[in-house]
Amino acid sequence: MKSIIFKSIIGGSMLALFLLSACKPKGMQTAVQGDAALKAYVAPGQYDEFYNFVSGGFSGQMSVYGLPSGRLFRVIPVFSVDPEKGWGYSEETKPMLNTSHGFVPWDDLHHPALSTTDGIHDGKWAFGNANNTPRIARIDLTTFRTNEIIEIPNSGGNHSSPFITENTEYVVAGTRFSVPMDGKTDVPIESYKENFKGTVSFISVNKDNGRMNIAFQILLPGVNFDLARAGKAKSHGWFFFSCYNSEQANTLLEVNASQKDKDFVMAVNWKKAEEYIAAGKGVKKAVRYAHNVFDESTHTATSEIKTEVLVLDPKDLPGMVYFMPCPKSPHGCDTDPTGEYIVGSGKLAAVIPVFSFTKILAAIDQKNFETEYEGIPVLNYDAVLHGEVTKPGLGPLHTEFDDNGYAYTSFFVSSEIVKWKISDLTVVDRVPTYYSIGHLCVPGGPTKKPWGKYVIAYNKITKDRYLPTGPELAQSAQLYSIEGDKMKLLLDFPTIGEPHYAEAIPAELIKPKSVKIFKLEDNKHPYAALGEKQARVERKGNEVHVYMSSIRSHFVPDNIEGIRMGDQVYFHVTNLEQDWDVPHGFAIKGASNSELLIMPGETQTLLWKPDRIGVFPMYCTDFCSALHQEMQGYIRVSPAASNQPLTFSTGGKKDKPAQ
Amino acid sequence: MPFFILMAVLSSLFIGCSGGVKKEIPPVDISKLSENQPEVHGTLVEDKDIVLNNPLNQDWVSSGKNIYELKCLACHRLNEERLVGPGWAGVTKTRKPAWIINMITNVDVMLETDEEAQKLLEQCLVRMPNQNISAEESRHILEFMFHNDGQK
Ligand SMILES: [Cu+2]
Repeated sequence: MKSIIFKSIIGGSMLALFLLSACKPKGMQTAVQGDAALKAYVAPGQYDEFYNFVSGGFSGQMSVYGLPSGRLFRVIPVFSVDPEKGWGYSEETKPMLNTSHGFVPWDDLHHPALSTTDGIHDGKWAFGNANNTPRIARIDLTTFRTNEIIEIPNSGGNHSSPFITENTEYVVAGTRFSVPMDGKTDVPIESYKENFKGTVSFISVNKDNGRMNIAFQILLPGVNFDLARAGKAKSHGWFFFSCYNSEQANTLLEVNASQKDKDFVMAVNWKKAEEYIAAGKGVKKAVRYAHNVFDESTHTATSEIKTEVLVLDPKDLPGMVYFMPCPKSPHGCDTDPTGEYIVGSGKLAAVIPVFSFTKILAAIDQKNFETEYEGIPVLNYDAVLHGEVTKPGLGPLHTEFDDNGYAYTSFFVSSEIVKWKISDLTVVDRVPTYYSIGHLCVPGGPTKKPWGKYVIAYNKITKDRYLPTGPELAQSAQLYSIEGDKMKLLLDFPTIGEPHYAEAIPAELIKPKSVKIFKLEDNKHPYAALGEKQARVERKGNEVHVYMSSIRSHFVPDNIEGIRMGDQVYFHVTNLEQDWDVPHGFAIKGASNSELLIMPGETQTLLWKPDRIGVFPMYCTDFCSALHQEMQGYIRVSPAASNQPLTFSTGGKKDKPAQ
Repeated sequence: MPFFILMAVLSSLFIGCSGGVKKEIPPVDISKLSENQPEVHGTLVEDKDIVLNNPLNQDWVSSGKNIYELKCLACHRLNEERLVGPGWAGVTKTRKPAWIINMITNVDVMLETDEEAQKLLEQCLVRMPNQNISAEESRHILEFMFHNDGQK
């Protein structure tokens, strides 16, 4: 016991020294060249060339930036409530944040992934993962809104996701924490090796509407899954996952999970898994998870709890899962555009191992196994290796690819991006980042057809880089040109939350499909007021439903009386505008949730429970016209026992509801 | 570092400094910048494009009324009262059919080019929204306006 503690102290202090000395890279004075500003400059009235979908990390949201300008366009609420847009506050969006644990208002979004057809970005959907309470979200790129969230059972720390196959057949979700499952859940943590298991989940995606479904899970040894990439082209049908903690430690992982020289990259033949499922080899297990879907015609989300998942156990199903040794605590796992090369990256490794898919198939064919790990064959390292990039830098993390056969790897510890040639594994260029880069992004980098042009660094630390803003500084990304032989720094731009990973896609693939309004004729919300004539107030017991309409520059009704203490008042507000970019807001004094922000043609609902007797102002929060400030009204709340009849009006003529 | 970036921006915007040789860079032409982003508008109709019905087409009247209730009533009353926009009573007597149709389907162009439309904006101070009404739908609304003005 003593010796473990002693080792960990040494390990910790050595790491700290390492980090300190690596904090400031050399050469920053000469990093920016004369024409950099012009290359990142998008003149007023002109558009950016790429959309950059960036994870908001611990903010739980996804953000959209323009490239090359670095301008922030939008923050899309995904896993965290967002009062700005009423996300998770309006009655229609609350079901989106439902889970088997109930309403969960926050999460940690690490990886955006854009849908592909034939291995190329198709501009339909963006997916994102929730690390904390494992979930996968799908964002519709015509509306830039989260349309679906599915919870992942048998998972803890959904880090290894969402990565997608060539035609978006599947989105995967690999668990970071292995956990006890199968009802055997109240077990000693010390019994980790015996009772804890890992899973990777394959979520199918409907080609037409994007609807997700957990097709199957693979039951795996209790290791940690970190990242993943689908095979493509020749390796289509396979999926690769990086794993660490093959030691199966459950405490002080910084020391105890770094004992072995090599952990694994796991190769999954998902076509084989499909064959096993077709042959009835899957086992249905009882679980509980939420599946939430937003319907754009009713403008309403529904949440359903599902109770079953299909599980495949590779111990009984040979040929489906293999391990490949990978030095040392593998983090990144990236497939090159041809699908032939799989690049592993050990956080603590001094080399970058590059595996060859052709050699993997040959090794499997020849049963060239080093050993077995809990019943799963471990392929011979030398047999599957294309080669190692030697002396690349310190702490390789992630690799992206360009359109010319080059790879770009981020180095956390030495704070740099290193460019190397895939064919002969030679390093050809390196450029400092400021500082401690995590992921990086090349437009189209994970696809069969990278667009190249830029590499963007997403950094963990920005010391000295921006004006100080208290103990925490701006989160940051950096844009580099990769058009010439040498990478060139063009721009620093701050981001929201932690800019963990990102993907970039040409604007032309999304811009023409953007939804401008929701058509009133298609509004199927059960409480919509389709035209002012339908605006009214109805009482059902202690529920009061206000069918309210909004247009520049008034609400109907804008005066309501006869609300009583103890009532639950539902304001269903329909925005009657049919013009692009004219949302209306709705806020009421003392409301304990948030405002509403209602898009043209949409209906949204705010639940208000008055807490005192009085007259309460309400108003539009989105500056909509010269008479925006006039867009307001009053709600009168009387005592519970009051006989004040329910009335409502706009322009003085009182209407009484039919009772 | 910010100083370096500032220098880069300044030098490239005003005088390109490379190797000590000064080069004049022409000022940015703003109209050029927006050249590739033309706004898309429908074409304005003329009176000769519109065939009037006598008697009125009752199907169009009721279709026009439905569209009015969904998309116009919020701002226009059927009497003379001005709400956000002017009341519709008498509108077919004071405005030509083409002018009405153009206001419905091409309001942005009208507010830019038509004097009468501009006068209305000065009175109402709210730009009439583009309510995404098709040419056919606007013709039905016109029919309903004739009906509202007592025509059979
Ligand atoms: Cu408003």
